[in-house]
Amino acid sequence: MKIHEYQAKEILKKFNVTIPIGIPCFSVDEAVEAADKIGGDVWVVKAQIHAGGRGKGGGVKVVRSKAELEQEAARILGMQLKTHQTGADGQKVRRLLIEQGADIAQELYVGLVIDRVTQQVCLMASSEGGMDIEEVAASSPEKIHKLFVNPDVGLDRDDARILASKIGIPEKSLEEASDTLIGLYQAFVETDASLAEINPLIVTANGAVWALDAKMNFDSNALFRQEEVIGYRDLDEEDPNEIEASKYDLSYISLDGNIGCLVNGAGLAMATMDTIKLFGGEPANFLDVGGGATTEKVTEAFKIMLRNPNVQAILVNIFGGIMRCDVIAAGVVEAAKQVKLGVPLVVRMKGTNEEQGRQILKDSGLPIISAETMADAAKSVVESVKG
Amino acid sequence: MAILIDANTRVMTQGITGKTGQFHTSACVDYANGKSCYVAGVNPKKAGQDFQGIPIYGSVEDAKNQTGASVSVIYVPPAGAAAAIIEAVEAELDLVICITEGIPVLDMVHVRHMMRKTGSKTKLLGPNCPGVITPEELKIGIMPGHIHKKGRIGVVSRSGTLTYEAVAQLTEIGLGQSTAVGIGGDPVNGLKHIDVMKLFNDDPETDAVIMIGEIGGSDEETAAEWVKENMTKPVVGFIAGVTAPEGKRMGHAGAIISGGKGTAEEKLSVMDGCGIAVTRDPSKMGSLLQSVL
Repeated sequence: MKIHEYQAKEILKKFNVTIPIGIPCFSVDEAVEAADKIGGDVWVVKAQIHAGGRGKGGGVKVVRSKAELEQEAARILGMQLKTHQTGADGQKVRRLLIEQGADIAQELYVGLVIDRVTQQVCLMASSEGGMDIEEVAASSPEKIHKLFVNPDVGLDRDDARILASKIGIPEKSLEEASDTLIGLYQAFVETDASLAEINPLIVTANGAVWALDAKMNFDSNALFRQEEVIGYRDLDEEDPNEIEASKYDLSYISLDGNIGCLVNGAGLAMATMDTIKLFGGEPANFLDVGGGATTEKVTEAFKIMLRNPNVQAILVNIFGGIMRCDVIAAGVVEAAKQVKLGVPLVVRMKGTNEEQGRQILKDSGLPIISAETMADAAKSVVESVKG
Repeated sequence: MAILIDANTRVMTQGITGKTGQFHTSACVDYANGKSCYVAGVNPKKAGQDFQGIPIYGSVEDAKNQTGASVSVIYVPPAGAAAAIIEAVEAELDLVICITEGIPVLDMVHVRHMMRKTGSKTKLLGPNCPGVITPEELKIGIMPGHIHKKGRIGVVSRSGTLTYEAVAQLTEIGLGQSTAVGIGGDPVNGLKHIDVMKLFNDDPETDAVIMIGEIGGSDEETAAEWVKENMTKPVVGFIAGVTAPEGKRMGHAGAIISGGKGTAEEKLSVMDGCGIAVTRDPSKMGSLLQSVL
């Protein structure tokens, strides 16, 4: 799960990380009011969307007068902000963060992730702040320092200090930088984050250490014990189809193609998409109905797939293990009737009771194309959209 | 003995009284030698009771001491699953198979740290995995038993239904399996492709292996490098997720491409470079394996 920058900063503040004074706003009037409250004569207007690269896309502006602030707030609020993470349509900006300006002496990077190889939390730090850290990792990996944290003891203060020193934080700011790193680590583990990043972490002209930008993602497996994190969820930032799917415990992701697919199991779902592509088609979605698919779930899955106006055909690929093919077939027939299916439907079923399943499809009188293998199914469905 | 489990293995079920635990324990007992292999259940609140004649003990330690079971399968819900794994590791079982899906990743970081710190010899399979089956001997997990057939091909995979797909293809062309292992789709887990590959390499009852991977992480690459240097048996492979976009989690918590790393193309190219025959058509996993025998 993702949250906004200002929300990540709210969390970090609770863990003694210093952040600029800032106020989230939903209108231009609120933005002007916020600037009054913050005071000073330099502010930053920051678009709040769940995607990185906002600065490059024109969603972050430093302003030096109220008039300019009003103008920029009006421009950014409501814009379709396009970044490398939003896709071609961009994401509509509904919230702003107005912050005090900062007198930046140094820009650095610090971030936490779970490293799959060592199976530990990894603290990454670099002198190259403000940059895309993946670019730094690719072009100059020696500039990224890594520290693996022992989960029994947490981030050690001396280790944090040494790391801060390695990325060039001056002596007089090391204590505050250590507090920041320890705070970031504590925030990470206590909120079950999957990513916590401060980029840039800045040292101000008078030696203070601030989180100028912050990003946190969370482990969806742990949300059951993170009530506060759930409270930060912003449904406007999520794909409505994915939200609808999650209500029925379906795992759905929209893609750009025109062939809807409904599969049980994540690996088989990906393999089905790959097979469609292999035979010249483009999948419209990833959809895993899970292990215990019922008629209701299959029906909802059909509805969600068909909300996508690009869908011109559907491929159902089920490996009936514990789940029986006859039950799935009944579900597919019921769903096709309920949604008055108007696009070609190819069904491939394998496993327990597959013969009975095929018979049910045949007896339904619906124009369902039955396929033997995944490859046959993919070929049929690709052919059907080519007309 | 194939690998990991056979007809002589004695198993306990942690979470035997829950709906999932009951359903699958029942199905496993009904498969091949299940009746003699499943000897205990664990539930601290229901010690002294039984499930379909399988005695329930208050702790893993008790179940082990009373029955000699050295393997455990876990169906405990996510919030308590990490503690269940730790209990089984502390009881020094040989193998712990955690089926539970949805365990917080940081809980698994603690589990794995504890296992390293104590130098545990327990093998952990999973979590979020279908389990392991040695056909016609013993099934531990949620896979459909009837699609399997005893034989000499090893199968290792991160995904459930995709494993079944490979197994069914093998069975259809008359190739049985020595053991089929599902290592699970979580980012922090126990046995990895490389560990299972080593076991298959040492197993006199395995002639060749199908390795199935998916996007995310670098476990398939690591295993491929090992295969290149050490494996004495043919290996074929498939990687799911060629079409998966970056930054989107494809169902499994571990199936995500981030920072341009963990792509299917990268994995396929490394495997190919390491002498593993790969196919881009998952319908051909079985026939590809047959072609290298």
